[in-house]
Amino acid sequence: MSTPNNTAKAYTGTPTSRVDGRAKVTGAAKYAGDFNAGGLAYGAVVEATIARGRIARIDAGEALRVPGVLDVITHENRPRVADSDEAWRDDLAPEDGSPFRPLYDDAVKFNQQPIALVLAEEWEIARYAASLVRVDYEKQPFVTDVYRRRDDAIVVEKPDKLRGDAAKAFAAAEVRHEADYFIPTEHHNPMELFATTAMWEAGGPLTVYDKTQGVQNVQQFLCGVFEKKPNEIRVISPYVGGAFGAGLRPQYQVVLAVMGALKLQRSVRLVLTRQQMYGLGYRPATIERLALGARRDGTLDAITHEAVGTTSQFEEFSRNDTGWSALLYASPNARYEHRVAHLDVPTSCDMRAPGAATGVYALESAMDELAVALKMDPVELRLRCYSERDQNEDLPYTSKRLRECYREGAAAFGWDRRKPEPRAMRDGKALVGWGMASGVWEALQVPVAVRIAMTANGHAEVSCAASDIGTGTYTIMAQVAADSLGLPIENITIHLADSTLPSAPVEGGSWMAASACHAVIATAGEVRSELLRRAKLMKGSPLADAVEEDVTLSDGKLVSRRQTDRGVSISDIMRHAAMERIEKEKTNEFAQDKAHARNTHSAVFVEVKVDEELGVVRVTRVVSAVAAGRVLNPKTARSQVMGAVVGGIGMALHEETIYDHGLGRIINHDIAEYHVPVNADIHDIEVIFVDEPDALINPLGMKGLGEIGIVGVAAAVANAVYHATGVRVRDLPITLDKVLGRRQAA
Amino acid sequence: MQDGAVHPGASPSPLPEKVSVTLIVNGIERRFSVLPWVSLLDALRDHLDLTGTKKGCDHGQCGACTVLVDGRRINSCLTLAVMRDGAHVTTIEGLAANGALDPLQQAFIDHDAFQCGYCTPGQICSGVGLIAEGRAKTADEIREFMSGNICRCGAYPNIVSAIQQAMGAKP
Repeated sequence: MSTPNNTAKAYTGTPTSRVDGRAKVTGAAKYAGDFNAGGLAYGAVVEATIARGRIARIDAGEALRVPGVLDVITHENRPRVADSDEAWRDDLAPEDGSPFRPLYDDAVKFNQQPIALVLAEEWEIARYAASLVRVDYEKQPFVTDVYRRRDDAIVVEKPDKLRGDAAKAFAAAEVRHEADYFIPTEHHNPMELFATTAMWEAGGPLTVYDKTQGVQNVQQFLCGVFEKKPNEIRVISPYVGGAFGAGLRPQYQVVLAVMGALKLQRSVRLVLTRQQMYGLGYRPATIERLALGARRDGTLDAITHEAVGTTSQFEEFSRNDTGWSALLYASPNARYEHRVAHLDVPTSCDMRAPGAATGVYALESAMDELAVALKMDPVELRLRCYSERDQNEDLPYTSKRLRECYREGAAAFGWDRRKPEPRAMRDGKALVGWGMASGVWEALQVPVAVRIAMTANGHAEVSCAASDIGTGTYTIMAQVAADSLGLPIENITIHLADSTLPSAPVEGGSWMAASACHAVIATAGEVRSELLRRAKLMKGSPLADAVEEDVTLSDGKLVSRRQTDRGVSISDIMRHAAMERIEKEKTNEFAQDKAHARNTHSAVFVEVKVDEELGVVRVTRVVSAVAAGRVLNPKTARSQVMGAVVGGIGMALHEETIYDHGLGRIINHDIAEYHVPVNADIHDIEVIFVDEPDALINPLGMKGLGEIGIVGVAAAVANAVYHATGVRVRDLPITLDKVLGRRQAA
Repeated sequence: MQDGAVHPGASPSPLPEKVSVTLIVNGIERRFSVLPWVSLLDALRDHLDLTGTKKGCDHGQCGACTVLVDGRRINSCLTLAVMRDGAHVTTIEGLAANGALDPLQQAFIDHDAFQCGYCTPGQICSGVGLIAEGRAKTADEIREFMSGNICRCGAYPNIVSAIQQAMGAKP
């Protein structure tokens, strides 16, 4: 790893407007469904209307007679695709199971499964014709309710070695709390509809504009599915209209669009409807059971966390909800176990902070209930069981400033003015409640390669296959490149999300920021080395004796670190070497440090106001204090955490995918009936980044921010609702019927 | 069809004739022919190559397709192109004049009022419409009158700040 440039930090750490801002406010930013071309054919999907069974007969005759319809593809007439599970397994596919293959055969595995693709000259014609495709089914029994499969769920995660005896310690504990919590199925609902435009060109590669968080994942997947060579398919996705995990795995529309383009030998666009997006992956409905045993002084003796999540019948997707509970707080006895129930639904998938948004909701709700039982302030309880070490691995952290999150968050919120008893605070007719929760996520780093092409006029193009799904990757890479190359940010151009660019995995898990930025630094180091090598050859070079560690790039010059007026301009070096451009590519390298745990943390403080008569809950104030190492761009970082808090408020109060378990079908599959927060739902949100120096994790001392902002938010809201009303709602979302109903019952 | 009925001989209804429509889009007269079932949104995107206006639901639920028609903000997915013959339509592509951003576009950049950017054209057109309506005075009123435009990235507080800046109000 090259050392980062330490002399000129003009951009890194400074609030910087998005470099893609102008494209986004003028409509110039193009998303997957925005690429137009002459001769484009449009697709429309026909979905299954049963949860399980087989297609006995499918009749596209009437649809095909609609003028303008080009073709109707079903399992009966589809082009050849690969027939091994291996070919269909993308980078994010679960190890076990058989990935879904659209239009593969007559089996119906879930409601809203695509069963036909209509292709037409215009989208409206395709949509109309899709309504004319007639289907007969042979239905089979199905189950879509996790509670009906709770006892059959399969264990997928548990510790290799048990820590103490949690059951025994719980039974003997001075104070106990035990309860079930429930998070319903949630859908990501990014604003952009899932879309693919597949550009067909005779003799050329198929260029696929796809809504995805990982162009190379999709490219390799398509090559496998359609048995193509790598140079025959190119996947591009310069802008992604939100994804939140929904775009980690290739979705079925990309398969169908490519299938259509190959069959018609013509460019095809397929945009799913909002309703059809409920046939994609989702945050799994999860039942969580927490059992906490404590001493009267608030130290924990026993933590048990068991969860049952959901997946399809054909793939075993899960994220461990329960490990967080054993990791976060000091307790001599701890046990966790995550199980998964197979239902007749699509495979579940990652949704922002998968496993933690849900698991930590349950843990932090239970901790609040324990604080009530102990008659202890909730912040104080967390300080009593504070752990300086990862409790699962028994490792110290590269950095952990969660204590400062509690302190700074509480101070900004005014927590010391909280009256501990429920229903003790009012604002006119509204009951006021203050709740808090902790958050935790991983600080992962993955291999990413970056190419830099610098020209003699002091411009640099930085290229990488990574995606920017709205997280600000373009901007922080430009900041780091500008600093590492000693150039103004305006002279940096970032190219992302093209499968032909240097390799990067999917953007997710909060790993891309640190990974991509250190790939920029590593590659900039190569550019600097090349410049030094050339500069030393110059006659009378002031850097003749310099070694690599001595020099840095600053203000368009290669200069001595100790004596910044001693140097040569980049343009002089390149002119002297008769070079028009220097091009380097390198992959980041992180120290292999198995002796430390790497995590981000947060403390979330929430104020709710509850209308006592109507039960309406409003979140009026949130303070989120985050410890995530060094913050590269306070402006976009604040937005990212703020947006995650909004997502957490949605999770707490609004979001729920509702099934009719008798039909095995989602009944609120649009964005009017599936509620997400709107502007009027959101009030003051303050984001604090506590100072968390980290000399161990990476040279910049940075950690990712994509997930940490949502973790703990739902619990903090639920805890605030309890504090306001005295009503403990343990199944999300906290809707007014639950607030009112239980209050009357109490 | 779930009743098991098969219609092997059925013929679909014939398609209607295309209709000629004239719109003044971003100050330029555009004449085109579309089937009468084409929404204004799809006419802009698929027939006039103005893809800055986004489709997020096609049902008037999300606001991503908001444009200004004769100065008023509407969901372009809820109106047919043929119903707007002769209308003046302003899309996100038409807000900047000679390369200079509209004050609200600049305010969105200044306040980081977006992340993924997909709802942004609709938010900005809606905000321009709101400012022209002149009825939002307070932050709460802005929140209320901007609630037809969903932002899943959760940029709402920054959107309110950006609109306040463009309104010339104190943040």
